Amino acid sequence: MTIEALKEKITALFPAVTFEEGGQWPTVLVEPTDWHRMAGILRQNDALYFDYLFCLTCIDWKTHLTMVYHLDSTKYRHNLVVKVNLLKMNPAVETVSDIWQTANFHEREVYEMFGVNFLHHPDLRLLILPDGWEGKHPLLKDFEDPINMIKL
Amino acid sequence: MVEEIASTADGNIILNLGPQHPATHGVLHLVITINGETIQKVEPHLGYIHRSIEKMCESLTYRQFIYVTSRMDYLSSHINNHACALCVEKGLQIEIPSRSQVIRVLMDELTRIASHELWWGAMAMDLGAFTPFFHAFREREAINDIMEETCGARLTMNYMVPGGVMQDIHPNFQRRVKEFITLFKSKVSEYNELVTGNIIFQNRMKGVGNLSAADAISFGCTGPTARGSGVSCDIRKLYPYEIYEKLDFEEILESDGDSFARYMVRVREMSQSISIIEQLIDNIPEGDFQAKTKAVLKLPKGEFYQRVETARGDFGVYIVSEGGTTPYRIKYRSPGFSNLSALDHMARGSKLGDLVAMMGTLDLVIPDIDR
Amino acid sequence: MWSFSKISKLIDSWLSVNFSSTWTMVIEMVIAGIAVITLFALLGLVLVLMERRVAAWIQIRLGPNRVGPGGMLQSLADTLKLLVKEGMTPDGADKFLFNLAPFIAMIVAMLLMAPIAFASNFQLWDLNIGVLYVTAISSLMVISILMAGWASNNKYSLMGAMRSGAQIVSYELSAGLSIMSIVVLSGSLNLNEIIQSQADGWWLFKGHIPVVIAFIIFIIAVTAETNRAPFDLAEAESELTAGFHTEYSGMKFALFFLAEYINVFIVCAIGATLFLGGWMPFHIGHWQAFNHVMDFIPSSIWFFGKTFFLIFLIMWFRWTFPRLRIDQLLDLEWKYLLPISMFNILLITLMAILGWHF
Repeated sequence: MTIEALKEKITALFPAVTFEEGGQWPTVLVEPTDWHRMAGILRQNDALYFDYLFCLTCIDWKTHLTMVYHLDSTKYRHNLVVKVNLLKMNPAVETVSDIWQTANFHEREVYEMFGVNFLHHPDLRLLILPDGWEGKHPLLKDFEDPINMIKL
Repeated sequence: MVEEIASTADGNIILNLGPQHPATHGVLHLVITINGETIQKVEPHLGYIHRSIEKMCESLTYRQFIYVTSRMDYLSSHINNHACALCVEKGLQIEIPSRSQVIRVLMDELTRIASHELWWGAMAMDLGAFTPFFHAFREREAINDIMEETCGARLTMNYMVPGGVMQDIHPNFQRRVKEFITLFKSKVSEYNELVTGNIIFQNRMKGVGNLSAADAISFGCTGPTARGSGVSCDIRKLYPYEIYEKLDFEEILESDGDSFARYMVRVREMSQSISIIEQLIDNIPEGDFQAKTKAVLKLPKGEFYQRVETARGDFGVYIVSEGGTTPYRIKYRSPGFSNLSALDHMARGSKLGDLVAMMGTLDLVIPDIDR
Repeated sequence: MWSFSKISKLIDSWLSVNFSSTWTMVIEMVIAGIAVITLFALLGLVLVLMERRVAAWIQIRLGPNRVGPGGMLQSLADTLKLLVKEGMTPDGADKFLFNLAPFIAMIVAMLLMAPIAFASNFQLWDLNIGVLYVTAISSLMVISILMAGWASNNKYSLMGAMRSGAQIVSYELSAGLSIMSIVVLSGSLNLNEIIQSQADGWWLFKGHIPVVIAFIIFIIAVTAETNRAPFDLAEAESELTAGFHTEYSGMKFALFFLAEYINVFIVCAIGATLFLGGWMPFHIGHWQAFNHVMDFIPSSIWFFGKTFFLIFLIMWFRWTFPRLRIDQLLDLEWKYLLPISMFNILLITLMAILGWHF
């Protein structure tokens, strides 16, 4: 599927999404409440078939957080980037680990590093940070560590 | 006192495998629930070698941050550097000289062979055979020597820079690589005699650690792990970078999805890498080894993502730039992290000894997982 | 010509001239005890060095070559290191059993030394049920391992001990059956008589294919019984870190380590005695001249030569094969080795009755 056709298809399925321009892959911006339902369709729909979530991460824009999902289809080899903007205070979004199992670990990483709360995640615990880690989330921009040098 | 180790209520025992354990080849901590010898659940606890490389990179310039990435997957350090260099070049929109492209691919494939050699020995050691480790290191040493001559380092090379490679190849490079190819070819049959054809080895590997193609995709497995399940996922073929589309090589696929299939993929991949090196070693074009770049690199505002195929799978670099001299956010998508997440699914119901074999065939490099 | 039997006779006659018969007995026992302990120490040093040299040779490296001429004193230096190391006892361990286990391992290994004929007419105890004694005592080995595994209060140790228990008890059977085949052929349980029955050729060559099969099964079974790779599931370095002796350190660990090597020596000595004629030189039927030439080589050299050849074989296995899984290990015994050796012993009995062997 060409990028144009992909965009048309997605617009037809989800009229509410907006496209961002300029990236190497088509990028859509989704509301947090719509995301889980949309993810299910992206995975299931035969014409889209995004079965491979190859990257899941988060960006701290100081004013808000953005979840970034990079999707690939092993059948059609087309890619899609989905972005979900979250509030800085108490960020929360529905988990996609029931759709792509790889999201389980990636979401746990984002949970501890950015403090994003993934609703209905089966096992939302610290993964990389030590047990009993309290306080700030390391990858947020306002994280300060008085002991270890993190800035030059 | 002694009663304490007896059991949980349902007769299961909780066993800590790691963080210091001979089979984890690093500091991986698995909390296993076992019933007798049968595994009920595997729960990885990570972070023992977490250095927050992503955070560090946010305060390093585009020239500096590449050096840190050698320390992630230290067995594929060239390929990590390569991914970062490509990503920065994508942002800068510069073309690099064809000489440096060829050198980069040669280095990548040598690294892949070295990494698979180490994996081969370490995996045989997981199964209790110590000898292959030393035999694998004999050939790996030859590659390390070649690397040392050209890059000055044996493990964390930092050879690829935005715009090309750090310096030109050593005059001996071509001769020594050819010597290595002859050496390697004469030893492959030894590998198969010592390990692949061994009846104990085959019984240990066949039919254990099954991973179906659908699960491999769902868990985000890549590299030889997924190709052992028949999932075509070689980034070199699917999303070719550098000169890979001009090269003649085969994507190795096995369909069984068990430990032996993953083993065979890696062993056969070594020969493919040798064939790539053979195609290029006499055809290194003359010219510059580095494109002219500014002293201070500034990426335009935007997002850049580069996928490459490391020895372990799909390695991704995701740079978010705000237009400054340092990245605003960097995400490294490490193949080991996703491959590890499938371990619990694969290991349930198998024996403790098989878990070690499975970890061996996943080819886990812990600094790559923890970052 | 000096031989072990001459030396022992000399000592014996000198003692009986100078002391009463009771004191002679006591002094001889003390000498025998010292001799066994010295042999233990020597064997430990030699076998560890040999293992490392064989490993190095197979693994294309040099092995120990720094301490002493050609690394000869390496294992002595290691022993010294282990001696001065602290022998820790974990807090949660059952202290009595924990400390007892290595000694049991050692005692069992020492007891096994008794009926072995090291040279012609040189034996500690010419027992008329020697073979039975060896099989009976060697099964006690498992007790020390189970004790160590249980008392350590460590899950790895416990698993190693349980594996080892299942393994040793299983492989005892086919080891016993293959030993029994030689007993059937020679018609005696006395190790000395078994050796004498091989004066016209070793059983391995006299007994046709069934004895060769019994020999192969014997070697596999004793490798498993001594917990050596590819059957080292009780230790299983990559799975259970060190298995049943994970918690042991210092000299207590050294005793386990030593017991392992002594056991290897003993099972190889038994194998050499039963199948390769013990100290009996290489004889072919009634070729008197050839047999006579062979007799010039001292019997102790024949014995140690054969034993060390078998030890080398077992070391070769260790550095070549990967480890089996626990269920495969038990499968191999119960589904293959045991039925084969049962059928094999029938064949051998038939052979012995009809006198089909040479």
